Amino acid sequence: MRGTPDRLRVALVQSKPAKGEYQRNLTETGKAFEQLAASPPDLVVLPEAALTGYFLEGAVYELALPAQSFARDLARVWRESCAQPAYIAAGFFENDGGTYYNSAVFLHVDQHGEPIVHLHRKMFLPTYGVFDEERFLSRGRKLGVFGTRFGTMALLICEDAFHAITPTIAAIKGARMVIIPSASPGRGIEREGELESIARWRDILRDAAMEHGIYIIYAGLTGFEGGKGMSGSSCIVDPRGRVLVQAPATEACIVRAELDLREIDLARASLPLLGDLEAALPDLLLDEELPLPRASGNAL
Amino acid sequence: MTLRVIESRPPAPVAPRIDCAVATQWLVAFLRDELLERRGIRRAVVGLSGGVDSAVTAFLCAQALGSENVYAFRLPYESSHPTSLSDAQLVVDALKIPCRTIDITAAVDGYLLNEPDADARRRGNVMARMRMVVLFDQSAKLDALPVGTGNKTERLLGYFTWHADDTPPLNPLGDLFKSQVWELARYLDVPQRLVEKAPTADLQADQTDEGDLGISYARADAILSQLLLGYSDDELVARGFERDEVQLIRRRVDSTHWKRHLPTTALLSSTAINEFYLRPVDY
Repeated sequence: MRGTPDRLRVALVQSKPAKGEYQRNLTETGKAFEQLAASPPDLVVLPEAALTGYFLEGAVYELALPAQSFARDLARVWRESCAQPAYIAAGFFENDGGTYYNSAVFLHVDQHGEPIVHLHRKMFLPTYGVFDEERFLSRGRKLGVFGTRFGTMALLICEDAFHAITPTIAAIKGARMVIIPSASPGRGIEREGELESIARWRDILRDAAMEHGIYIIYAGLTGFEGGKGMSGSSCIVDPRGRVLVQAPATEACIVRAELDLREIDLARASLPLLGDLEAALPDLLLDEELPLPRASGNAL
Repeated sequence: MTLRVIESRPPAPVAPRIDCAVATQWLVAFLRDELLERRGIRRAVVGLSGGVDSAVTAFLCAQALGSENVYAFRLPYESSHPTSLSDAQLVVDALKIPCRTIDITAAVDGYLLNEPDADARRRGNVMARMRMVVLFDQSAKLDALPVGTGNKTERLLGYFTWHADDTPPLNPLGDLFKSQVWELARYLDVPQRLVEKAPTADLQADQTDEGDLGISYARADAILSQLLLGYSDDELVARGFERDEVQLIRRRVDSTHWKRHLPTTALLSSTAINEFYLRPVDY
């Protein structure tokens, strides 16, 4: 990892978008970027559906954009606000030639050039209870990782991260930081001190970070949408499972942190679960009882 | 050595709990977001019945918007119990909110005089709907939004007048069981008399909710909170509930789904509203 910086400055923009008002929300995002300009971060992360709101039903077809359009819009407002290059990750509804996805892009924004480094399409579309994503959207089919100046990263969107296997695969593929744009309606008032859904998210993120020795960078949408309160709580969890910082649930805000990337190797040395998993992985995945497609015989 | 055996037991049937601080913070944020930010409306209108639901609603609105922006209305009919008025006044005094009393007797009787055979149920429905006419009209006058006071228990049991109590566009208590509303009332320092009195729709003399329903709210809430998780009657009985009470609750819930929906519309096209043409309420 010679030449890789030791520190990553991160800003999470916990946004409260006006429902469906993309241009207005883009302008507000530009104002948030201006706030960052005095001390620019290396990485800015916005939540899932950051510029439209999450619950759109059929209006998703009016607001979905080609990934390049969304990327160029975000890159433009960043450049107008800040001269420094930065990485930006953000969730949006994507229109790919008439197929619609709940997506997130990872951008490298400098003064020129196409900004998209990576596009992730949400793989696990919640379609139960209050959720109705798969009625309107198609699911992504690939969990990729991508290289950055700070090491390999991966993007997961909201429910993607509820499944323990997704951060596991990201980590096995080399991700050292997993970015999670999210929009989670808060619920559960019987627990003391906080909503049960917020506590559940934190448990999941801490478990994933600690098991694989990865940083988790989680940006949550906030604001009420038709009575459903998005629970914010943007946070960063270090590779030992410690929550470095967490935003409140109901306030639009910016969360900043400086990550010590050396912690990843140190955490993995103290708890080498990822190395153990890599050793045992073939035995686990070649198990014929697993419902996986086989090209022939036992081969995957 | 004989090892001690530790057995798992199903949870005892108790009413649903609530962290009042968490719930209050969430509901105040809800009211601010939905009124001030989403709709740009800074005033709320609340009909004060003298009961605990409307009192808690007024307390939450006062936290969210400031007391001066919560307009209380007392809407008695001639047969309303006098304590309903005086109990509502306790809320007005505690919060120091503006309040007006509008007697609905003349308006209700203006119609009912032509319907001398109307039974108590019909008369109660007319009163409930007349109260909504007043609250919506006063909201228009004050550039305010009517805020509803219905709780989850009465919604589930269908214990409300359709297109009356359920009509205000915002409802902070609609996902709280009655027993949770009582806890919230104590936490918010709602006048003790309102927390301890027997709940009543006060549409008929000596009426109480629990008398009408045939079960206490505490027991109804304990059953409802489990029933909503998908347990069958047999499973609920196995968890310690009385079968006749489980059946009573199940019957009420299953016979009132229609009261929790908009009117049934005949579908004739592939652009039918809320069937094919789907847009969220805040779009």
